[in-house]
Amino acid sequence: MNPTYGAIAVAMVAVATVAVGAFGLRISRTTSDFYVASRSVGPVLNASAIGGEYLSAASYLGAAGLILAFGADMLWYPVGWTAGYLVLLVLVAAPLRRSGAYTIPDFAEIRLESTQARQSATLLVVLIGWLYLLPQFQGAGLTLRTVTGAPLWVGEVGVALVVLVNVLSGGMRSITFVQAFQYWLKLTALLVPVAFLLLAWRGDGAPTPGGEWTLPLDGAADHELYRTYSLILATFLGTMGLPHVLVRFYTNPDGRAARRTTLLVLCLLAMFYVLPAVYGVLGRVYAPDLIGEGRTDAVVLELPARILGGIGGDLLGALLAAGAFAAFMSTSSGLAVSVAGVLSQDVLSQHAWGRRLSGVAGFRVATILAVTVPLVLALAAQRLPVANSVALAFAVAASTLCPLLVLGIWWPRLTDAGAIAGMGAGGIASGLAVMVTIVSSDRSGWLGALLSQPAAWTVPLGFVVMIAVSLATPHRMAPGVLRTMVRLHTPEQLDLNRGNWHPERSQG
Amino acid sequence: MSHQTAKRVRITSPRTTTGRPRRVVVTEEIDAQTALGEVYLRSLMRSQLRLAVGVLSLLTVTLGALPLLFATAPQTRRWELLGVPMPWLALGLLAYPAVIGAGWWYVRQAERTEARFAELAGE
Repeated sequence: MNPTYGAIAVAMVAVATVAVGAFGLRISRTTSDFYVASRSVGPVLNASAIGGEYLSAASYLGAAGLILAFGADMLWYPVGWTAGYLVLLVLVAAPLRRSGAYTIPDFAEIRLESTQARQSATLLVVLIGWLYLLPQFQGAGLTLRTVTGAPLWVGEVGVALVVLVNVLSGGMRSITFVQAFQYWLKLTALLVPVAFLLLAWRGDGAPTPGGEWTLPLDGAADHELYRTYSLILATFLGTMGLPHVLVRFYTNPDGRAARRTTLLVLCLLAMFYVLPAVYGVLGRVYAPDLIGEGRTDAVVLELPARILGGIGGDLLGALLAAGAFAAFMSTSSGLAVSVAGVLSQDVLSQHAWGRRLSGVAGFRVATILAVTVPLVLALAAQRLPVANSVALAFAVAASTLCPLLVLGIWWPRLTDAGAIAGMGAGGIASGLAVMVTIVSSDRSGWLGALLSQPAAWTVPLGFVVMIAVSLATPHRMAPGVLRTMVRLHTPEQLDLNRGNWHPERSQG
Repeated sequence: MSHQTAKRVRITSPRTTTGRPRRVVVTEEIDAQTALGEVYLRSLMRSQLRLAVGVLSLLTVTLGALPLLFATAPQTRRWELLGVPMPWLALGLLAYPAVIGAGWWYVRQAERTEARFAELAGE
């Protein structure tokens, strides 16, 4: 691949991101602007922004890479990332918007009326956010190396810097414009080359990969059925617990709009997620050597040069690199905003820190923390395939915040003690599994399967502990739970008493 | 003189103050957290939850059953349609419109449930 085109494309995306963000800077003023863009975002813009934020390095590069390496079983990644939004739609979209929460800790406080429950949720949001940021930075390093030959740390530090500048200068409002722009950039960048690649592929006589690779459950790994179902649980249920997903729902005017926006998001995701499989299959035909080299995550970037070659291949490769960078920056920005929002609201504004940091200043300090910690981890940590390590973040979210949201919304008897115990059990179990998986290199056997795909046992664990402890502590039911249920479930046009909780008045 | 039609006279019972049932205002009942108000709220929650569980069950027995199908009847993995292996067709393409369709249906039903509730409570 020609490094000049790639470098220019990547630089252009970085500049455009900052420029579009600066456009938003003029509008954002208050703290509320910084967090949620003042709820004045239209549905298409909002849905594009959700899509842009959600489609990460794992979706853009990782899914195709895993399909190239392991075949049909890996199709569950894109399917799960889409179906996760369907689960979110039917279980939490409208009630979450109606709760009025900016963040999951806000929700915990509204519903459970407990500071400790809020703090437990805060801890998890920060951990999941960091766990999800790590592969984004690593993916950026990999992309820049593939495109320009630069060392890995250049891309990692570069993306972190752009995200930092972007979030610090504009907060959520600018992020909304940036994210929406980046959804369409990512879709275009993946879609246009596909047309050319498929034409060239037909010209070659449409060769298809054969053999066991095309079959699901082909025996390439052990305990495949368990791994598949565990992955399904993690992606289907983990989506709702991702820190950067919820905050977007506040930008809908009401619960009904939240549902409709989610449906629109489903359409946008479906358009995008049919594409990684195409790259995976073409990669199997034209770039099988990447498997041996352990560089399957680069397949999307390498295909144009290999199939088309020449200046056309270089230009399309540059377009793909631009899209990949958009993917890292949009997801990382969204995560950074969410983690920073939670950190500044719940950690930095505590009086215990001597000088109380709040408002915009607190948010800025929190942003720096939110970005540098995972950056240091990315520079130090061992490399898993990008999609695998993102799936681990989903598993933790599915085992902790998913039960909190689902039971909190639908089961009035959930108590703060139950929620804390359940998040603790699910979080410790899935967190340990993740740590062992990142540190160790052996992922075979039953133990390897249980640890590298933990969701199938940690999600039920989280739910069961949450329910059992709640049933054992009925006296701890939140006194205002019925009022909260009115707030979560009744349509806004009805004139009802919904309590008076508001996120900006609350300091955890 | 044209022929006269009988004019209808509505016979109403005399107005009395005794024995008239108090008109139920659902929103007031809910606000006051009476037992009746709670019944209304819970029935709304139950119909929405039933709808959600319905969609999720559908998702489970269709998409969710595929790995089990592939494991218990391995020959299904080799089925082809127009030269495309069935697993790739199902997971790579058909799953997406199916998920959108389920979402669309859910949104319509959930809005209907809410409209019915609002009608009931808005009286």
